[in-house]
Amino acid sequence: MMCHGERSERSEVGNGIEAIRALLDDVRDPEIPAISITDLGIMRDVRRASDGALEIVLTPTYSGCPATKAIQEDVEGTLREHGVENARVVVQLAPAWTTEWITQRGRERLRAFGIAPPEEVARCPRCSSASTRELAHFGSTPCKALYRCNACNEPFDYFKRL
Amino acid sequence: MNARVEYVLRFGDNALVLAQRLCAWVAHAPIMEEDVALANVSLDLFGQARLWLAYAGELEGAGRDEDALAFHRGAGEFRNVLLVERPNGDFAETTVRGYFYDLWASLALAELSRSKDERIAAIAEKARKENAYHLRRSEDWMIRLGDGTEESRSRMQRAVNDFWRYTGELFLGDEVDATMREQGVGFDPTALREPWLERVRATFAAATLDVSSDVWMQRGGKQGVHTESLGYLLAEMQVLPRTISGAAW
Repeated sequence: MMCHGERSERSEVGNGIEAIRALLDDVRDPEIPAISITDLGIMRDVRRASDGALEIVLTPTYSGCPATKAIQEDVEGTLREHGVENARVVVQLAPAWTTEWITQRGRERLRAFGIAPPEEVARCPRCSSASTRELAHFGSTPCKALYRCNACNEPFDYFKRL
Repeated sequence: MNARVEYVLRFGDNALVLAQRLCAWVAHAPIMEEDVALANVSLDLFGQARLWLAYAGELEGAGRDEDALAFHRGAGEFRNVLLVERPNGDFAETTVRGYFYDLWASLALAELSRSKDERIAAIAEKARKENAYHLRRSEDWMIRLGDGTEESRSRMQRAVNDFWRYTGELFLGDEVDATMREQGVGFDPTALREPWLERVRATFAAATLDVSSDVWMQRGGKQGVHTESLGYLLAEMQVLPRTISGAAW
Protein backbone atom coordinates (compact mmCIF):
# COMPACT_ATOMS: atom_id res chain seq x y z
CA MET A 1 0.00 0.00 0.00
CA MET A 2 1.35 3.43 -0.89
CA CYS A 3 1.50 5.34 2.30
CA HIS A 4 4.53 6.78 3.95
CA GLY A 5 7.38 6.44 1.53
CA GLU A 6 10.35 4.43 2.64
CA ARG A 7 9.56 2.02 5.37
CA SER A 8 12.11 2.69 8.04
CA GLU A 9 13.77 -0.19 9.75
CA ARG A 10 12.15 -1.45 12.85
CA SER A 11 13.32 0.78 15.60
CA GLU A 12 12.24 1.49 19.12
CA VAL A 13 10.86 4.92 19.75
CA GLY A 14 10.27 6.53 23.06
CA ASN A 15 6.82 6.17 24.51
CA GLY A 16 6.48 9.93 24.82
CA ILE A 17 3.46 11.47 23.15
CA GLU A 18 5.65 13.87 21.19
CA ALA A 19 7.74 11.01 19.82
CA ILE A 20 4.58 9.27 18.65
CA ARG A 21 3.32 12.44 17.03
CA ALA A 22 6.61 12.84 15.18
CA LEU A 23 6.42 9.23 14.05
CA LEU A 24 2.89 9.59 12.74
CA ASP A 25 3.77 12.81 10.96
CA ASP A 26 5.26 10.44 8.41
CA VAL A 27 1.92 8.83 7.57
CA ARG A 28 0.71 10.19 4.24
CA ASP A 29 -2.73 10.56 2.74
CA PRO A 30 -2.84 7.57 0.35
CA GLU A 31 -4.76 9.59 -2.24
CA ILE A 32 -2.68 12.77 -1.93
CA PRO A 33 0.73 11.47 -0.81
CA ALA A 34 2.13 15.01 -0.85
CA ILE A 35 0.67 15.68 2.57
CA SER A 36 0.62 13.90 5.89
CA ILE A 37 -2.27 13.25 8.22
CA THR A 38 -0.91 15.99 10.48
CA ASP A 39 -0.93 18.44 7.57
CA LEU A 40 -4.53 17.47 6.82
CA GLY A 41 -5.59 18.07 10.39
CA ILE A 42 -7.27 14.70 10.71
CA MET A 43 -5.06 13.49 13.58
CA ARG A 44 -6.92 15.22 16.37
CA ASP A 45 -5.09 13.86 19.40
CA VAL A 46 -2.52 11.43 20.70
CA ARG A 47 -3.22 10.55 24.28
CA ARG A 48 -2.82 7.99 27.01
CA ALA A 49 -6.15 6.38 27.93
CA SER A 50 -7.05 5.42 31.47
CA ASP A 51 -6.30 1.77 30.76
CA GLY A 52 -2.75 2.74 29.76
CA ALA A 53 -3.27 2.28 26.03
CA LEU A 54 -2.07 4.85 23.58
CA GLU A 55 -4.99 6.38 21.69
CA ILE A 56 -4.60 7.97 18.28
CA VAL A 57 -7.70 10.05 17.58
CA LEU A 58 -8.53 10.39 13.88
CA THR A 59 -11.45 12.14 12.22
CA PRO A 60 -12.60 11.37 8.66
CA THR A 61 -12.49 14.06 5.96
CA TYR A 62 -15.58 13.08 3.92
CA SER A 63 -17.70 10.34 5.46
CA GLY A 64 -17.41 8.13 2.37
CA CYS A 65 -13.74 8.78 1.69
CA PRO A 66 -12.10 5.38 1.10
CA ALA A 67 -8.78 6.81 2.29
CA THR A 68 -10.05 6.86 5.87
CA LYS A 69 -9.73 3.12 6.35
CA ALA A 70 -6.35 3.03 4.57
CA ILE A 71 -5.06 5.80 6.82
CA GLN A 72 -6.25 3.98 9.92
CA GLU A 73 -4.39 0.86 8.81
CA ASP A 74 -1.28 2.88 7.97
CA VAL A 75 -1.27 4.44 11.44
CA GLU A 76 -1.60 1.03 13.07
CA GLY A 77 1.09 -0.40 10.78
CA THR A 78 3.51 2.44 11.48
CA LEU A 79 3.13 2.02 15.23
CA ARG A 80 3.60 -1.74 14.97
CA GLU A 81 6.69 -1.40 12.83
CA HIS A 82 8.25 0.86 15.40
CA GLY A 83 7.51 -1.46 18.23
CA VAL A 84 4.77 0.65 19.77
CA GLU A 85 2.42 -1.74 21.47
CA ASN A 86 -0.87 -1.35 23.23
CA ALA A 87 -2.08 1.36 20.88
CA ARG A 88 -5.44 1.84 19.23
CA VAL A 89 -7.08 4.18 16.74
CA VAL A 90 -10.20 5.98 17.87
CA VAL A 91 -12.41 7.54 15.20
CA GLN A 92 -14.09 10.74 16.31
CA LEU A 93 -16.85 12.43 14.28
CA ALA A 94 -17.45 15.61 16.24
CA PRO A 95 -16.44 18.32 15.77
CA ALA A 96 -16.73 17.62 12.05
CA TRP A 97 -13.54 18.01 10.06
CA THR A 98 -13.07 21.29 8.25
CA THR A 99 -10.47 22.37 5.71
CA GLU A 100 -9.61 25.16 8.16
CA TRP A 101 -7.60 22.50 9.99
CA ILE A 102 -5.19 21.98 7.10
CA THR A 103 -1.90 23.41 8.35
CA GLN A 104 0.14 26.12 6.65
CA ARG A 105 2.77 23.52 5.81
CA GLY A 106 0.02 21.34 4.37
CA ARG A 107 -1.20 24.19 2.18
CA GLU A 108 2.31 24.82 0.86
CA ARG A 109 2.77 21.13 0.16
CA LEU A 110 -0.53 20.93 -1.71
CA ARG A 111 0.44 23.93 -3.85
CA ALA A 112 3.86 22.46 -4.62
CA PHE A 113 2.12 19.20 -5.59
CA GLY A 114 -0.12 21.08 -8.06
CA ILE A 115 -3.30 21.25 -5.96
CA ALA A 116 -4.70 24.67 -5.07
CA PRO A 117 -5.23 24.76 -1.29
CA PRO A 118 -8.67 25.57 0.18
CA GLU A 119 -8.67 29.37 0.21
CA GLU A 120 -11.23 32.02 -0.73
CA VAL A 121 -9.84 32.16 -4.24
CA ALA A 122 -8.63 29.08 -6.08
CA ARG A 123 -5.25 30.37 -7.27
CA CYS A 124 -3.47 28.54 -10.06
CA PRO A 125 -0.77 26.41 -8.41
CA ARG A 126 1.36 26.80 -11.54
CA CYS A 127 1.37 30.56 -12.24
CA SER A 128 -0.39 31.89 -9.11
CA SER A 129 -3.02 33.74 -11.13
CA ALA A 130 -6.27 34.41 -9.28
CA SER A 131 -8.14 34.41 -12.58
CA THR A 132 -9.42 30.84 -12.65
CA ARG A 133 -12.72 29.13 -13.36
CA GLU A 134 -14.47 26.04 -12.07
CA LEU A 135 -14.80 23.28 -14.66
CA ALA A 136 -16.50 20.76 -12.40
CA HIS A 137 -17.45 20.94 -8.79
CA PHE A 138 -16.56 17.30 -8.20
CA GLY A 139 -13.12 15.92 -8.97
CA SER A 140 -11.00 12.83 -8.76
CA THR A 141 -11.48 12.50 -4.99
CA PRO A 142 -14.34 13.70 -2.76
CA CYS A 143 -12.28 16.62 -1.46
CA LYS A 144 -11.39 18.20 -4.80
CA ALA A 145 -12.98 20.25 -7.58
CA LEU A 146 -11.61 20.71 -11.08
CA TYR A 147 -10.49 24.20 -12.17
CA ARG A 148 -8.74 25.82 -15.10
CA CYS A 149 -6.45 28.82 -15.04
CA ASN A 150 -7.51 31.65 -17.36
CA ALA A 151 -3.96 33.03 -17.45
CA CYS A 152 -1.86 29.97 -18.29
CA ASN A 153 -4.69 27.60 -19.29
CA GLU A 154 -3.51 24.89 -16.90
CA PRO A 155 -6.27 22.64 -15.58
CA PHE A 156 -5.76 21.91 -11.90
CA ASP A 157 -7.34 20.39 -8.81
CA TYR A 158 -8.70 22.66 -6.10
CA PHE A 159 -9.04 21.31 -2.57
CA LYS A 160 -12.54 22.61 -1.89
CA ARG A 161 -13.53 24.26 1.35
CA LEU A 162 -15.58 22.18 3.72
CA MET B 1 -38.58 -2.34 17.50
CA ASN B 2 -37.08 0.41 19.56
CA ALA B 3 -38.17 3.83 18.23
CA ARG B 4 -34.65 5.20 18.12
CA VAL B 5 -33.34 2.23 16.14
CA GLU B 6 -36.22 2.65 13.73
CA TYR B 7 -35.53 6.37 13.46
CA VAL B 8 -31.82 6.00 12.73
CA LEU B 9 -32.52 3.24 10.20
CA ARG B 10 -34.69 5.64 8.22
CA PHE B 11 -31.86 8.08 7.67
CA GLY B 12 -29.38 5.31 6.99
CA ASP B 13 -31.67 3.60 4.49
CA ASN B 14 -32.42 6.85 2.66
CA ALA B 15 -28.70 7.40 2.16
CA LEU B 16 -27.97 3.76 1.29
CA VAL B 17 -30.73 3.32 -1.29
CA LEU B 18 -30.03 6.63 -3.03
CA ALA B 19 -26.29 5.87 -3.02
CA GLN B 20 -26.99 2.52 -4.69
CA ARG B 21 -29.22 4.17 -7.30
CA LEU B 22 -26.63 6.84 -8.10
CA CYS B 23 -23.68 4.49 -8.44
CA ALA B 24 -25.52 2.77 -11.30
CA TRP B 25 -24.78 5.93 -13.33
CA VAL B 26 -21.04 5.34 -13.24
CA ALA B 27 -19.77 5.07 -16.83
CA HIS B 28 -23.25 6.00 -18.15
CA ALA B 29 -23.50 9.72 -17.37
CA PRO B 30 -23.98 12.14 -20.29
CA ILE B 31 -20.63 13.85 -19.72
CA MET B 32 -17.43 12.94 -17.92
CA GLU B 33 -17.79 15.63 -15.22
CA GLU B 34 -21.22 14.34 -14.33
CA ASP B 35 -19.98 10.79 -14.14
CA VAL B 36 -17.46 11.94 -11.56
CA ALA B 37 -20.01 14.09 -9.73
CA LEU B 38 -22.61 11.32 -9.49
CA ALA B 39 -19.97 8.91 -8.22
CA ASN B 40 -18.83 11.45 -5.62
CA VAL B 41 -22.35 12.11 -4.36
CA SER B 42 -22.97 8.37 -4.23
CA LEU B 43 -19.78 7.85 -2.26
CA ASP B 44 -20.71 10.54 0.27
CA LEU B 45 -24.10 8.89 0.73
CA PHE B 46 -22.58 5.43 1.20
CA GLY B 47 -20.32 6.93 3.87
CA GLN B 48 -23.27 8.55 5.60
CA ALA B 49 -25.27 5.32 5.37
CA ARG B 50 -22.43 3.49 7.02
CA LEU B 51 -22.34 5.93 9.94
CA TRP B 52 -26.11 5.76 10.44
CA LEU B 53 -26.41 2.00 10.09
CA ALA B 54 -23.44 1.31 12.35
CA TYR B 55 -25.18 3.38 15.02
CA ALA B 56 -28.54 1.69 14.42
CA GLY B 57 -26.83 -1.67 14.91
CA GLU B 58 -25.23 -0.54 18.17
CA LEU B 59 -28.53 0.81 19.48
CA GLU B 60 -30.30 -2.40 18.55
CA GLY B 61 -27.73 -4.41 20.47
CA ALA B 62 -28.41 -7.63 18.58
CA GLY B 63 -24.93 -7.95 17.13
CA ARG B 64 -25.79 -6.61 13.69
CA ASP B 65 -23.24 -4.25 12.18
CA GLU B 66 -23.74 -1.91 9.21
CA ASP B 67 -23.01 -4.66 6.69
CA ALA B 68 -25.50 -7.03 8.28
CA LEU B 69 -28.14 -4.31 8.13
CA ALA B 70 -27.33 -3.33 4.55
CA PHE B 71 -27.05 -6.82 3.08
CA HIS B 72 -29.22 -9.08 5.18
CA ARG B 73 -32.52 -7.31 5.40
CA GLY B 74 -35.38 -7.77 2.95
CA ALA B 75 -37.34 -4.96 1.29
CA GLY B 76 -40.00 -5.00 4.01
CA GLU B 77 -37.37 -4.21 6.62
CA PHE B 78 -36.07 -1.14 4.82
CA ARG B 79 -37.22 2.22 6.15
CA ASN B 80 -36.29 4.62 3.36
CA VAL B 81 -38.82 6.98 1.81
CA LEU B 82 -40.25 5.86 -1.55
CA LEU B 83 -38.70 8.79 -3.42
CA VAL B 84 -35.11 7.50 -3.20
CA GLU B 85 -35.93 4.00 -4.46
CA ARG B 86 -37.57 5.20 -7.68
CA PRO B 87 -35.56 4.10 -10.73
CA ASN B 88 -32.96 6.42 -12.26
CA GLY B 89 -34.85 6.97 -15.51
CA ASP B 90 -33.12 9.56 -17.69
CA PHE B 91 -30.78 12.27 -16.46
CA ALA B 92 -33.73 14.61 -15.89
CA GLU B 93 -35.44 12.10 -13.60
CA THR B 94 -32.26 11.46 -11.63
CA THR B 95 -31.75 15.22 -11.30
CA VAL B 96 -35.28 15.95 -10.08
CA ARG B 97 -35.29 13.03 -7.62
CA GLY B 98 -31.90 14.18 -6.32
CA TYR B 99 -32.99 17.78 -5.98
CA PHE B 100 -36.12 16.88 -4.01
CA TYR B 101 -34.08 14.68 -1.69
CA ASP B 102 -31.07 17.01 -1.33
CA LEU B 103 -33.29 19.94 -0.41
CA TRP B 104 -35.24 17.89 2.14
CA ALA B 105 -32.01 16.44 3.54
CA SER B 106 -30.50 19.90 3.98
CA LEU B 107 -33.43 20.84 6.21
CA ALA B 108 -33.65 17.49 8.01
CA LEU B 109 -29.92 17.30 8.75
CA ALA B 110 -29.88 20.86 10.09
CA GLU B 111 -32.60 19.80 12.55
CA LEU B 112 -30.81 16.59 13.49
CA SER B 113 -27.51 18.41 14.05
CA ARG B 114 -29.22 19.90 17.12
CA SER B 115 -30.35 16.50 18.42
CA LYS B 116 -29.90 15.68 22.10
CA ASP B 117 -28.43 12.39 20.96
CA GLU B 118 -24.81 13.42 20.46
CA ARG B 119 -24.04 10.65 18.01
CA ILE B 120 -27.00 11.61 15.81
CA ALA B 121 -25.97 15.26 16.01
CA ALA B 122 -22.38 14.42 15.00
CA ILE B 123 -23.39 12.29 12.01
CA ALA B 124 -25.93 14.88 10.89
CA GLU B 125 -23.42 17.71 11.13
CA LYS B 126 -20.92 15.79 9.04
CA ALA B 127 -23.55 14.82 6.46
CA ARG B 128 -24.96 18.34 6.36
CA LYS B 129 -21.68 19.78 5.11
CA GLU B 130 -21.46 17.23 2.32
CA ASN B 131 -25.10 17.63 1.43
CA ALA B 132 -24.63 21.37 0.87
CA TYR B 133 -22.47 20.53 -2.15
CA HIS B 134 -24.99 18.00 -3.42
CA LEU B 135 -27.81 20.51 -3.23
CA ARG B 136 -25.76 23.18 -4.97
CA ARG B 137 -25.19 20.82 -7.88
CA SER B 138 -28.74 19.51 -8.17
CA GLU B 139 -30.23 22.98 -7.94
CA ASP B 140 -27.87 24.19 -10.68
CA TRP B 141 -29.05 21.40 -12.94
CA MET B 142 -32.73 22.04 -12.17
CA ILE B 143 -32.31 25.59 -13.43
CA ARG B 144 -30.00 24.83 -16.33
CA LEU B 145 -32.11 22.01 -17.73
CA GLY B 146 -35.49 23.52 -16.81
CA ASP B 147 -34.59 26.84 -18.40
CA GLY B 148 -32.79 25.06 -21.21
CA THR B 149 -33.99 23.72 -24.54
CA GLU B 150 -37.52 22.68 -25.34
CA GLU B 151 -36.41 19.07 -25.07
CA SER B 152 -34.66 19.47 -21.71
CA ARG B 153 -37.51 21.49 -20.26
CA SER B 154 -40.16 18.97 -21.27
CA ARG B 155 -38.15 16.11 -19.80
CA MET B 156 -37.66 18.00 -16.54
CA GLN B 157 -41.33 18.86 -16.30
CA ARG B 158 -42.28 15.25 -16.95
CA ALA B 159 -39.89 14.13 -14.20
CA VAL B 160 -41.35 16.69 -11.79
CA ASN B 161 -44.86 15.45 -12.57
CA ASP B 162 -43.76 11.85 -12.02
CA PHE B 163 -41.92 12.40 -8.75
CA TRP B 164 -44.16 14.95 -7.08
CA ARG B 165 -46.36 12.15 -5.69
CA TYR B 166 -43.38 10.86 -3.70
CA THR B 167 -42.61 14.16 -1.98
CA GLY B 168 -45.56 14.11 0.42
CA GLU B 169 -44.08 11.30 2.46
CA LEU B 170 -41.07 13.44 3.35
CA PHE B 171 -43.29 15.60 5.51
CA LEU B 172 -45.50 12.97 7.10
CA GLY B 173 -44.92 12.16 10.73
CA ASP B 174 -45.80 8.98 12.57
CA GLU B 175 -45.46 7.63 16.11
CA VAL B 176 -41.71 7.14 15.75
CA ASP B 177 -41.28 10.78 14.72
CA ALA B 178 -43.45 11.92 17.62
CA THR B 179 -41.53 9.84 20.18
CA MET B 180 -38.19 11.08 18.92
CA ARG B 181 -39.39 14.64 18.97
CA GLU B 182 -40.62 14.30 22.54
CA GLN B 183 -37.20 13.02 23.57
CA GLY B 184 -35.46 15.93 21.89
CA VAL B 185 -33.78 13.50 19.55
CA GLY B 186 -35.75 14.19 16.39
CA PHE B 187 -37.87 16.83 14.69
CA ASP B 188 -41.39 17.35 13.40
CA PRO B 189 -41.31 16.48 9.69
CA THR B 190 -44.44 18.52 8.93
CA ALA B 191 -42.54 21.68 9.92
CA LEU B 192 -40.10 21.20 7.04
CA ARG B 193 -42.81 21.34 4.40
CA GLU B 194 -43.15 25.12 4.10
CA PRO B 195 -39.42 25.94 3.96
CA TRP B 196 -39.00 23.12 1.43
CA LEU B 197 -41.87 24.36 -0.74
CA GLU B 198 -40.65 27.92 -0.57
CA ARG B 199 -37.26 27.01 -1.96
CA VAL B 200 -38.80 24.69 -4.56
CA ARG B 201 -41.00 27.54 -5.80
CA ALA B 202 -37.99 29.86 -6.09
CA THR B 203 -35.93 27.26 -7.94
CA PHE B 204 -38.84 26.35 -10.22
CA ALA B 205 -39.43 30.02 -11.04
CA ALA B 206 -35.81 30.33 -12.16
CA ALA B 207 -36.07 27.01 -13.98
CA THR B 208 -39.38 27.93 -15.69
CA LEU B 209 -40.91 24.73 -14.32
CA ASP B 210 -44.40 24.33 -12.91
CA VAL B 211 -45.07 22.92 -9.47
CA SER B 212 -47.44 20.02 -9.89
CA SER B 213 -50.98 20.53 -8.74
CA ASP B 214 -52.83 18.20 -6.43
CA VAL B 215 -51.89 14.59 -6.90
CA TRP B 216 -52.38 11.62 -4.60
CA MET B 217 -49.31 11.43 -2.38
CA GLN B 218 -47.79 7.98 -2.04
CA ARG B 219 -46.61 6.84 1.38
CA GLY B 220 -45.41 3.82 3.29
CA GLY B 221 -41.65 3.59 2.78
CA LYS B 222 -40.81 4.78 6.28
CA GLN B 223 -42.95 1.94 7.63
CA GLY B 224 -41.52 -0.69 5.28
CA VAL B 225 -44.18 -0.72 2.55
CA HIS B 226 -42.24 -0.20 -0.65
CA THR B 227 -42.66 -0.04 -4.41
CA GLU B 228 -41.70 -3.06 -6.45
CA SER B 229 -38.45 -1.48 -7.62
CA LEU B 230 -36.78 -1.64 -4.20
CA GLY B 231 -36.70 -5.44 -4.37
CA TYR B 232 -34.76 -5.38 -7.64
CA LEU B 233 -32.33 -2.82 -6.26
CA LEU B 234 -31.69 -4.93 -3.16
CA ALA B 235 -31.34 -8.14 -5.16
CA GLU B 236 -28.48 -6.59 -7.09
CA MET B 237 -26.89 -4.90 -4.10
CA GLN B 238 -27.11 -7.92 -1.82
CA VAL B 239 -26.41 -10.82 -4.15
CA LEU B 240 -22.76 -11.31 -3.27
CA PRO B 241 -22.90 -11.42 0.55
CA ARG B 242 -26.10 -13.47 0.40
CA THR B 243 -24.62 -15.97 -2.03
CA ILE B 244 -21.24 -16.32 -0.40
CA SER B 245 -21.75 -16.24 3.31
CA GLY B 246 -19.09 -14.26 5.15
CA ALA B 247 -17.63 -12.72 1.97
CA ALA B 248 -15.41 -9.78 2.83
CA TRP B 249 -13.09 -7.46 0.96
